[in-house]
Amino acid sequence: MKELWELFLVFAKIGGFTFGGGYAMLPILQREVVENRNWATNEELMDYYAIGQCTPGIIAVNTATFIGYKRKGIIGGIVATIGCVFPSLVIIMIIAAFINSFTHIVWVQHALAGIRVCVCVLVLDAVIKLAKKSLIDAATYLIFAAVVILSLFTDVASFVWIVCAGAAGVIIKTLMERSKAQKKA
Amino acid sequence: MLIFRLFWEFFKTGLFAIGGGLATLPFLYDMQASTGWFTLDDISNMIAISESTPGPMGINMATYTGFTSMGVIGGIAAVAGLVTPSIIIIIIVSNILEKFKTNKYVQYCMYGLRAASVGLISVAGLRVAEAAFLRTQLFTETGSLMDLFNIKAFIFGVVLYVVYKKTGKHPIIYILASGVIGVILSL
Repeated sequence: MKELWELFLVFAKIGGFTFGGGYAMLPILQREVVENRNWATNEELMDYYAIGQCTPGIIAVNTATFIGYKRKGIIGGIVATIGCVFPSLVIIMIIAAFINSFTHIVWVQHALAGIRVCVCVLVLDAVIKLAKKSLIDAATYLIFAAVVILSLFTDVASFVWIVCAGAAGVIIKTLMERSKAQKKA
Repeated sequence: MLIFRLFWEFFKTGLFAIGGGLATLPFLYDMQASTGWFTLDDISNMIAISESTPGPMGINMATYTGFTSMGVIGGIAAVAGLVTPSIIIIIIVSNILEKFKTNKYVQYCMYGLRAASVGLISVAGLRVAEAAFLRTQLFTETGSLMDLFNIKAFIFGVVLYVVYKKTGKHPIIYILASGVIGVILSL
């Protein structure tokens, strides 16, 4: 029961302070789930993120379900998801019910401009940490660079690049293994 | 029962929208046209509000449209519909992954996937950076390079990074502080 409550709280925190898409939750996710609680490793986060991109649904919810399910089974997955969506439900309903033209309020715009800068800084730091774990040789740097360039300059949906990268991983590693075996023989 | 239809419509969205919040948009336009539960104006309001409030965009959009269509219960039904496919699919994927985790080829695949993930997050970060540090709209109006870069925001970003690396407090603290600083500096 205690851990279920903790799952709810952690993901409510993440849902309540994520400005932007699923990537924007990474800094808080890293801090709460990897560093403070050891619920998952940085590598696992990257797996969840990649799979979350290629499976239907909201990436943040997919990640919450993954971690919740890993900790406490089906109930854990559901509780983590409820935590993740709870702040949205409350905040959006309040705004929709009471505040007209919320987005035109000047100080809201300034606050959001400040938060955007902060999200950049936090994501930059998160990416550096993740890169150290996931970019481990020439091939991974190549895949990384290819994905960055292709997603910046084409309009193809990102799950296509994820699938290609997974296939590239299998091909590259198999070839490397073969050439190693040949050298030995 | 209208509430079940709301759940069902968002269930379909959750099942077929791949790739995060914005991927749900085309489904919402379809839903608007076929049900008339909310207006096109509601959709543009919804996008603006979802982008400027915390929480996953898809969830914000579902809450807003559900709430405008059918009040509090509508908001809850829409969100429940949207997340149900995710929960089912991820639990299945999670089981498969656990079973084949030690398989050589699954590990090779993950080796490629992780690099791609880092790439996609970097790209997402670059897009926020563009919004945070560049004023493309002002630039197209005046054509002056000085107007393109938001120097104030850039200096704030550099200072914030140094402070974050030095102090290393919880990310939420910096998010809150940055909102306040944004208002003070009128960024």
